Amino acid sequence: MNETRHRVTLTVNGVLHEAEVPGRRLLSDCLRHDLGLTGTHVGCEHGVCGACTVLLDGEPVRSCLTFAVTADGHEITTVEGLARGGGEPSPVQRAFTECHALQCGFCTPGFLCTVTAFLRDNPAPSEEEALEAVAGNLCRCTGYQNILKAVHRAAELQAEEDR
Amino acid sequence: MTTRLFGEPVRRREDARLITGQGRYLDDLGAGALAAAFVRSPHAHARILDVDVSAALDVEGLVAIYTWEDLPGALAEPLPLLIPHPALTHGRTAYPLAREIVRHVGEPVVMVVARDRYLAEDACALIRVGYEILKPVVGIEEAVRGVHLVHEDVPGNVGAHLVQEVPGHGGVTAREAVEAAPHRLEFRLDVERSACTPLEGKGVYARWDADDGSLRVYSSTQTSTSVRMAIAAKLGLPLPKVEVIAPDVGGGFGVKIVHPWPEEILVPWAARLLHREVKWTEDRREHFVSSSHERGQVQHVRVGFDDDGRVLGLEVEILHDHGAYTPYGIIVPIITSTQLLGPYKVGAYRVEFSSIYTNTVQVTPYRGAGRPQGVFCMERTMDKIAAYLGRDRTQVRAANFIQPDEFPYDQGLTFQDGRPLIYDSGDYPEALRMLKELIGWDSFAEEKARAAAEGRRIGIGVGCYVEGTGVGPYEGGHVQITSDGRVHVSTGLTSQGQGHETVFAQIAATELGVPIEKVSVVTGDTRRFGYAVGTFASRAAVMSGNAIALACRKVREKALRIAAEALEADPRDLEITDGKIHVAGVPSASIPLATVAVLSNPLRYAFDEEAKRATQFAGPASDDRPPVAEGEEPGLEGRDYYSPVRSTFAAGMHAAIVETDPDTAEIRILRYAVVHDCGKLINPMIVEGQIHGGVAQGVGGALYEKMVYDEHGQLLNASFMDFLMPYATEVPRIETAHLETPSPLNPLGIKGAGEAGVIPVSAVIASAVEDAEGITIDRMPISPSDLHHLRLTR
Ligand code: FES
Ligand code: FES
Repeated sequence: MNETRHRVTLTVNGVLHEAEVPGRRLLSDCLRHDLGLTGTHVGCEHGVCGACTVLLDGEPVRSCLTFAVTADGHEITTVEGLARGGGEPSPVQRAFTECHALQCGFCTPGFLCTVTAFLRDNPAPSEEEALEAVAGNLCRCTGYQNILKAVHRAAELQAEEDR
Repeated sequence: MTTRLFGEPVRRREDARLITGQGRYLDDLGAGALAAAFVRSPHAHARILDVDVSAALDVEGLVAIYTWEDLPGALAEPLPLLIPHPALTHGRTAYPLAREIVRHVGEPVVMVVARDRYLAEDACALIRVGYEILKPVVGIEEAVRGVHLVHEDVPGNVGAHLVQEVPGHGGVTAREAVEAAPHRLEFRLDVERSACTPLEGKGVYARWDADDGSLRVYSSTQTSTSVRMAIAAKLGLPLPKVEVIAPDVGGGFGVKIVHPWPEEILVPWAARLLHREVKWTEDRREHFVSSSHERGQVQHVRVGFDDDGRVLGLEVEILHDHGAYTPYGIIVPIITSTQLLGPYKVGAYRVEFSSIYTNTVQVTPYRGAGRPQGVFCMERTMDKIAAYLGRDRTQVRAANFIQPDEFPYDQGLTFQDGRPLIYDSGDYPEALRMLKELIGWDSFAEEKARAAAEGRRIGIGVGCYVEGTGVGPYEGGHVQITSDGRVHVSTGLTSQGQGHETVFAQIAATELGVPIEKVSVVTGDTRRFGYAVGTFASRAAVMSGNAIALACRKVREKALRIAAEALEADPRDLEITDGKIHVAGVPSASIPLATVAVLSNPLRYAFDEEAKRATQFAGPASDDRPPVAEGEEPGLEGRDYYSPVRSTFAAGMHAAIVETDPDTAEIRILRYAVVHDCGKLINPMIVEGQIHGGVAQGVGGALYEKMVYDEHGQLLNASFMDFLMPYATEVPRIETAHLETPSPLNPLGIKGAGEAGVIPVSAVIASAVEDAEGITIDRMPISPSDLHHLRLTR
């Protein structure tokens, strides 16, 4: 039994990619294994942990709950695409390092994508808003305190940049 | 030394790759490797009747299917019992693939290898295993009744039974001391199961090099050196032909110290057999049902005490549920039963535990490793004594503290490393004073009254612990300075997010007087360092940190010796600053470490400009001395080991203020305070991070996490949907203060910090909820529904 394969075209981090995938191929697997972009992680594959979060046309989605064929023709940003041109880390990335918001780093790509989209829409969040923004991602290492700190620090860094 | 980095909150050197998606975790490796998947038992206890693979044979991309019958030699034997103990009279381990009987849901029965994971799972789904279902043994009570057996040849389901007894003054037994005490209490405590649950599951990736007859294995493990030895032994390969590397690991918390997991030997075996790269990546459900759990215990306590609350005698009986197998021995209940004593002197003590088989996932250490249960027991005891006597809970604790002038303090027990339980240093009264100040203990009564006036219920709780950290037997470090001035540090133990690349670089930079940018650190790669034990028991900083410091000191001494000759100075007058050796106070008379590295290796061939200085015609050398002096080695490198006589004992005290909702019984943590003493801090930022993470896991264990087994031995909540790990919304802000009582046992004066945060949390939350509600809390975790029911039965 041979599975039907579908040709998909994805623009990932600004680069056009083509792949032939079975209909059931998860976007997370397609990114990681077909396109070799292993920065996106999978922690549960049932939509709860948020480690697999990527930006689909700018909005955070769980790539483990999305089929690759669903993303056909769309724009995707993964953690590999968050840095500025020239590889300069983004304010969110810098803030995570500064605030020690990661330990093992496995959940980190999901948080970075989530926070990046959040701060774009809400550049000066309140405590409550920041908490709400990251409350859908699991981290087993950090206890979240430094992640919350990093959200605010990233907002500051971004504001400095925009000034 | 200008480059004093020890003790500074240096930013992590591992972050650059991890924030850009350039980390390399197990499943990021081996593009194109074949994928392994497993048919696992759907039953908790059953006899395998037959395995029918015929339907799976047509699956596209199928490569191989293996059952126990296919396993050759040592692979067909049970997995090793890693830590034998004389009290573990009935230790049992699983086969890599089940042989005849399965003993928990999730036990691997068939291994499938296929072109990718989807196809491997397709094949798994088509394999029919016939089972005769046997009576499952679920729950401690059911198990000790011993009517049905997990292992036919283990009577009463008792794997181990151990008693330790420390008599009081004049040799009185604990029983006598309790009987003779002015006051007595007796009660039962229950702690539920939880699990490490790292966000990255386990995984193994193996490459067989047929030309070279060698195997390279990557595993998401906490001990690559020992996995290597296990693979070599199980596959009958010479040790030098096997290398094991722990790549970036997405959290461990204990579960990845267990080894070899079935997959850790099956995947390399298949790779060798098939001459193909093979990889297995655990999925979340597999992790729940086929890795390890911890914590489940029932404790019966009898305590006798005087009018001041001083404990005169303590008797504890522990029933420890270790699941279906005991690969990690009885480390967990040993730790519970010894570390239970915490910072206290208890007069006479008797502890007895039975370690019990059930048809559930095996139990092996999870961060804290038995301590949370022990501390829960002791701290509940302290609170009960305080309640009985109508005294302040901190006063009762203070009355029992070991005093600062009593160190080293011998508890009279044998610890998990087989060594006497002797505390090296600490200052418990000071830690309590700091904690009370931090949380505002003395003014809480007013706060509580004010809240009550508004119709709110709040309560405060406290918990103290002592943690034996840095257990032996040893770790090593290797340090090499190359002719470009770079410092290469390696140690055998592994990293799972603790920031070892940073803290070990801080140590090396400080010891050698070089900028940290020059230092790189490799951990968990047997190609670089083959001797190690592993990362567990809050031991990495203590063990490898000290080993690396010692190795650096050797290298430093050699560098100074060579430099002294070159500078015609006395080595005792030399210092290293910023990577240059110079005469103290005379920075002009200097020689870079890079040059010393060149000089340390007498050469025949000049491979670059620098190297010319070390060739045979380059400079004046004594004609009657060999180029490499006797007892010397070429190169500016050194290796050393640190092997302590015994563990070093960190300590801490936590306090929390909680609010319970009068209607919904929701429990909210309003404040959480931690006073922590892990001796000298290498990097306070990283230590705080460890505390935060530990407390968060403790909050999970106290309020949310448990493994819900039904009577058939099915784990009902084997997903992140149903096993409730805390999100950011569930973890309070943690306020910390550090106390530093250096360890006299090691050169750096440090103690472990990795597990600390998690240890007292259940005890603290129980104490606080009890204070808020006035209801006795004897079982954790406590959910709103549990609290609601307790209120009804009050
Ligand atoms: S892997 Fe997608 S949410 Fe967990
Ligand atoms: S840093 Fe390890 S899971 Fe978040």
